[in-house]
Amino acid sequence: MTGDVMLEVRRVSAGYGSFRALFDVSLEVRAGEAVGVIGPNGAGKTTLLRVISKIIAPSSGEVVMEGTPLGPVPAHRVVEMGIAHVPEHRRLFPRLTVEENLRMGAFHPEARKRFRERLDFVYELFPRMKERRDQMAGTMSGGEQQMCAIGRGLMSGPKLLLMDEPSAGLAPVIVQQVFGLVKRIRAEGYTVLIVEQNIQQVLQVVDRAYLLEVGTIKQSGSSAELLASPEIRRAYLGL
Amino acid sequence: MDKRILAVLGIAALAAVPQFGLGNYHLHLLITVLIWGFVYTSWSVMGRFGMVSLGHGAFLGVGGYVVTMLWNSFGLTPWVGIPIAIVLSMTMALLVGYPCFRFRIVGHYFALVTLALGEVVRLTIVGLRDQTGGSLGMTVEGVPGGTSFLALQFGERATFFYLALIVWAAGLWVWRMVDRSMLRYALEASSEDEDAAASVGVNVTRAKLMITMLSAGMTTIGGALYAQYQMYINPETISGIGISLQIVFAVIAGGLFTQLGPTVGAMFTLLLAETLRVTFGHDIHGLDGTIYGLLLVLFIIYMPKGITGSIAAGLVRRRGAPGAAPAAATH
Amino acid sequence: MFDTFLLESIINGILLGGVLALLALGLNLVFGVIDVVWICYAELVMIGMYTIWWLFVFYGLPLPVAIGAGIAVVALLGVLLHILVIQPVLGTAPINQLLVTGGVLFFLQAAATLVFGIEFRNLGVRMPVVEFGDMFFSFARILAFATALVGVLLLWLFLTRSYLGTAIRAISQDREIMPLMGVDPRRIYLITSAIGGGMAGVAASLLVLQYDVHPAIGLSFGPITFMVCVMGGLGNMLGGFVAAFVFAQFISVGGYFFQIEWGYVIAFAFFIAMMFIRPKGLFSR
Repeated sequence: MTGDVMLEVRRVSAGYGSFRALFDVSLEVRAGEAVGVIGPNGAGKTTLLRVISKIIAPSSGEVVMEGTPLGPVPAHRVVEMGIAHVPEHRRLFPRLTVEENLRMGAFHPEARKRFRERLDFVYELFPRMKERRDQMAGTMSGGEQQMCAIGRGLMSGPKLLLMDEPSAGLAPVIVQQVFGLVKRIRAEGYTVLIVEQNIQQVLQVVDRAYLLEVGTIKQSGSSAELLASPEIRRAYLGL
Repeated sequence: MDKRILAVLGIAALAAVPQFGLGNYHLHLLITVLIWGFVYTSWSVMGRFGMVSLGHGAFLGVGGYVVTMLWNSFGLTPWVGIPIAIVLSMTMALLVGYPCFRFRIVGHYFALVTLALGEVVRLTIVGLRDQTGGSLGMTVEGVPGGTSFLALQFGERATFFYLALIVWAAGLWVWRMVDRSMLRYALEASSEDEDAAASVGVNVTRAKLMITMLSAGMTTIGGALYAQYQMYINPETISGIGISLQIVFAVIAGGLFTQLGPTVGAMFTLLLAETLRVTFGHDIHGLDGTIYGLLLVLFIIYMPKGITGSIAAGLVRRRGAPGAAPAAATH
Repeated sequence: MFDTFLLESIINGILLGGVLALLALGLNLVFGVIDVVWICYAELVMIGMYTIWWLFVFYGLPLPVAIGAGIAVVALLGVLLHILVIQPVLGTAPINQLLVTGGVLFFLQAAATLVFGIEFRNLGVRMPVVEFGDMFFSFARILAFATALVGVLLLWLFLTRSYLGTAIRAISQDREIMPLMGVDPRRIYLITSAIGGGMAGVAASLLVLQYDVHPAIGLSFGPITFMVCVMGGLGNMLGGFVAAFVFAQFISVGGYFFQIEWGYVIAFAFFIAMMFIRPKGLFSR
């Protein structure tokens, strides 16, 4: 069940210095959807998320969130628009406790007001985090850190959750758990845009996906369509 | 033209300078530039590889005080005193340098550790006030007649000028040797990526130690030379933070990566300080220093490559321009 | 035989440690967050001392008002330092960042000479001497120690309990993702600079009660502050706090056995020796 268009990426090109990572990329995410961006390492997936949350500026094109172009919005204000970005490699603050990391997620004024309520929610969702609340985030296992990173994203009260390679660097068993987490986030009604190399797994949890290769969208469709696509089966699923 | 011929001509021209009947004041400025140019060059021998020492005052202090104390108390000629001071400085450099390089203490940490070394020497000088005169400073005992080769004292300024010129030229020669040596490649590799350098068999710790001890030894000579010239030293002006910072400033101002950069820095800072002192210093106490400090800050913000570095960059741009012009004409 | 004077030195060392800790903490905070060492930190303290002296002696303001204004002036100076001097060199070679504040050191020293002259100035306030057994302690030192501890405690509470404080600690761990948290790093830098300056201002108010102020006074405690920070581990506040007391003992007790300079020399020599044993600071992680 999906609603209106929430996020729109319109013909975005971006890069670092003279290196171009994205060429004319367009995609959209509707309210309530879980959308995947799949593709090999170096395809520009992380760059795409970085453009959306304004860590880097696109060289052309624009990103629109619920009808508001993000162009003039300063980077630190994007989170107030309802976009939470769970970065690649989790990027927790290693020498802050779990709860302090969660508090950082609720930094913007609106989120501070509802800190208690959301903290309870995150602890309910991830009881493990409640047990570890006073532990330094850097001392936890990879799977636990991923929980904390997602929890930190949720603390800002987002409408849209951007997730960058949540399974990267984790043991296969933990990868299963992490995709389980993604399913639960979906079930809570969050809209999710997830970037993954682990195509087989991610297609199990998203409604539809875009295939990104060397900076351009090569294919898009429902998860079932992509799973059935001969190119994807051959190149990425080894079937 | 062969650079070697150019260098010989340049030094010959400089050597001829006292024959033009310069006044004492101008000769004094020249000698000062040569002595400090040598000290700054000594600093840059290590500074150019990213080892930023804020404690070279320590080596200046050892050079000035050890040599003077040995001479004043025991009548030991500086010709023996200087080597003793050099050994002492190099030992200090080794003691401080080894843990720093072994444990990869770099950047801000290294700068502050060396700053501590400078303070140790300065406070030791002050603490030994019965022997050194403490913060009041110390006068080198003059020989009758003012000139003695054995005492390294020359009443005639021109003679001292030649001595300073030789030492300065030797400093530039050492800089060049380091520039051409294998050490340079080792150190440049290590300042890029120490692990990579170590993995291809470069003994980074040893390379850094050698260059640091070289720099310390040279700076010691500079300190002794300064003492012999001024015939007076004091712990603040020779070992304080002020002088240690001044060294780094001058090198950055002149240019860290060029052979003549430190000397240009010495000229620049001396001329600037003298001009300001002559213009403002007599009337309003502190005004010259205020402007000097302000200019230093502006200089680092707007000209971070230094004078020679900026000129070099400008030349490259100009050389690039004619090449680009024909290409533009074809459109 | 029990040595009363030695005990007095030890206690004086602890009192001195409080002020050193305060100084080191301010510097450490700035370094941890902005990754720049304010070489001119002690000169900011010097300006604070002059401001208080000037407002109190020259303008006749009540001492608490003069002190409050002094702290505010130095906090503002910290912000100006960041905007005018640090911001333009952020992202350039570290050597330039070190040197630019070194230039400010020269500037502030000379400017103080220009404005206030080279005479030694003091508030002319007589602080009582506290007698305890056979030992005598200056009330100003006890006050300084107590204030420093309160200052350190307040800073600690701020850093651990508030959103801004948490962000200040977080930014030193991962700068790049701060915008994702809704944090504007430039604002955090400014706030940190103001707090760092404010701490220098508090230290100035404590020092001006005990010592004469003159343009070069910064050189007498600046280096020791850097050493304390390095020994504690730059950016590590707990380490800096403990190191401050260790150093103060060296200076005070060393000064008791020898002369005061030797206390410093021993402290610095100890510092260099420590570099062999704990090269990344006492409490390196």
